[in-house]
Amino acid sequence: MSEIAFIGAIESGLLFGLVALGVFISFRILEFPDLTVDGSLPLGASVAAAAIVQGCDPYLATALAMVAGAGAGLVTAWLNVRLKILNLLASILTMTALYSINLRIMGRPNQALLGDRTIFSDCESWGLPYYWTSLIVYLIAILAVVALLVWFLNSETGLAMRATGANARMARAQGINTGRMTLLGMAISNALVALAGALFAQSQGGADVSMGLGVIVTGLAAVILGETVLPARLLVLAVLACVIGAILYRLAVAVALNASFIGLQAQDLKLITAVLVAAAMTLPSVKGRLSARRGGAK
Amino acid sequence: MTFFRYLIALAAVSILAAPPALAAEKEIRVTAIVDHPALDSCRKGAIEALAEQGFADGKGARIEFQSAQGDVGTAGQIARKFAGDKPDIIIAIATPSAQAMVAAVRGNTPIVFSAVSDPLAARLVADLDHPGGNVTGVTDRLPLERHLALIQEIVPGVTRIGALFNPGEANSVAEIARFTALAKAKGITIVEGAAPDTNSVQSSARSLVGKVDAFFVPLDNTVVSAMEAVVKVGIDAKIPLFVADTDSVRRGAVATVGFDYHSLGRQTGIIAANILNGAKPGDIPVREVETLQLVVNPASAARMGVHLPEAVTARADEIVK
Repeated sequence: MSEIAFIGAIESGLLFGLVALGVFISFRILEFPDLTVDGSLPLGASVAAAAIVQGCDPYLATALAMVAGAGAGLVTAWLNVRLKILNLLASILTMTALYSINLRIMGRPNQALLGDRTIFSDCESWGLPYYWTSLIVYLIAILAVVALLVWFLNSETGLAMRATGANARMARAQGINTGRMTLLGMAISNALVALAGALFAQSQGGADVSMGLGVIVTGLAAVILGETVLPARLLVLAVLACVIGAILYRLAVAVALNASFIGLQAQDLKLITAVLVAAAMTLPSVKGRLSARRGGAK
Repeated sequence: MTFFRYLIALAAVSILAAPPALAAEKEIRVTAIVDHPALDSCRKGAIEALAEQGFADGKGARIEFQSAQGDVGTAGQIARKFAGDKPDIIIAIATPSAQAMVAAVRGNTPIVFSAVSDPLAARLVADLDHPGGNVTGVTDRLPLERHLALIQEIVPGVTRIGALFNPGEANSVAEIARFTALAKAKGITIVEGAAPDTNSVQSSARSLVGKVDAFFVPLDNTVVSAMEAVVKVGIDAKIPLFVADTDSVRRGAVATVGFDYHSLGRQTGIIAANILNGAKPGDIPVREVETLQLVVNPASAARMGVHLPEAVTARADEIVK
């Protein structure tokens, strides 16, 4: 694997790390199975791309994308909290509607950002190869998000949100407005996913309405993979585990892309990815069993 | 810590996975956004033409193909992999793959795109006649005037045509807008039938029954994947189905003056071979499809309630049995 391909895989992992953090908030903290993600990633990309081609500052465009993502999360949460629609269905409804909304925002299904001023093109004046530059931008973004998220989840509001997901009845008994917590958490979750979309559009040449396909699957796989590889009670580690899970997942894809030497072909890509991820998932338990056996023999 | 061991193990596997480089052979990389009959024949056409020009896989060249399998994230990773491989040429099939490739490849590795309907809107090149830079390719813009003439010839007095497409596909939206304008000039109304995914193709076709005299399907990945569903509605409701690609006529549509993606691919392969022989991509204009084929399916025509005029069958390049 070349340096560019390896850095590209890490970068893609950091990108999906943002998605995984969003999924972590909805699925793990709020216990809210949220599929909005498949719509809010292209939403972030569409908003950022549409704003940038109209001459908007790329940083402002990225911020606008996050606001739009938060809005999408609020809609899902509102459908569930206020209109009492089952959480899974509420998120499916928002995700479905977002497909049309994304088409409206861009005015067409694909908005190219080749040659426009983006966050990444701004940073190319650093003089590093472009793939290092974009890796560093992603790294800064994800570290900032992780720091803010850990701070928030340990604040009073954050603790109330965690209580909402852990035991809603108990939380209500303690005077927590669980509905409001769900709204807030879903907004944050989808804002992060939209941020991923906005950065993705700027680093990969454009936004495409089909880019949300299967994002939730990757995000969820990353969260679970991270939890398996790095099981942690400490919140900082649990949050970092999501990012590490995403990086491992994308590295598995990169390895699968280089698997032609053992006679595997292009069509085997997803199969190899799945096998590699499954192997990573089972290794901790195999290792645990081995060391337990060794312990017993003593 | 455990996860560091995984990282090290993965890094080790990745280094082992690096393919041995053979000198003197041209390194050719091909990618497509998804596995799909039309895009597959485009790729096969390109590889076939390259082989005829002396760049066969294993004999004069090493060809590696990667499909993103529908995942835009993977398309980005493939682009990075190819950028890192520094091959002699990259062939990128369909708009998202071509965009990801142009974004990832800096420097002067030539990129030849194929099956992109609007290279200007996709910002792959700034000028079709003089692309400049390292990117050129072949567009699959449809010969829509010829399509309209063919429909009028086979269905005289046609006033309403139902266009089935996925409003999420950039190429289809642009083609249908062009088709609507062309048809309007001839007094024909285009009724749009939206099919956002393959499952809704049949219901979308059914919703147009009674409102249209003929169906037309552009080169739409979604609808073409579910062509059999449209064929069935056409037969049930006796509405003749016209398509943009020759493969679909073999699958049961009435007729087309399409090109097949195989010849589109061949044209792409010839451009790639010229570049490998020293031509500059920036000097090669972005071309439209040169070979068009009239393909008719008399059996389907009869089942959909129309008769193919002698004049049409006489000049057909292929009559599907």
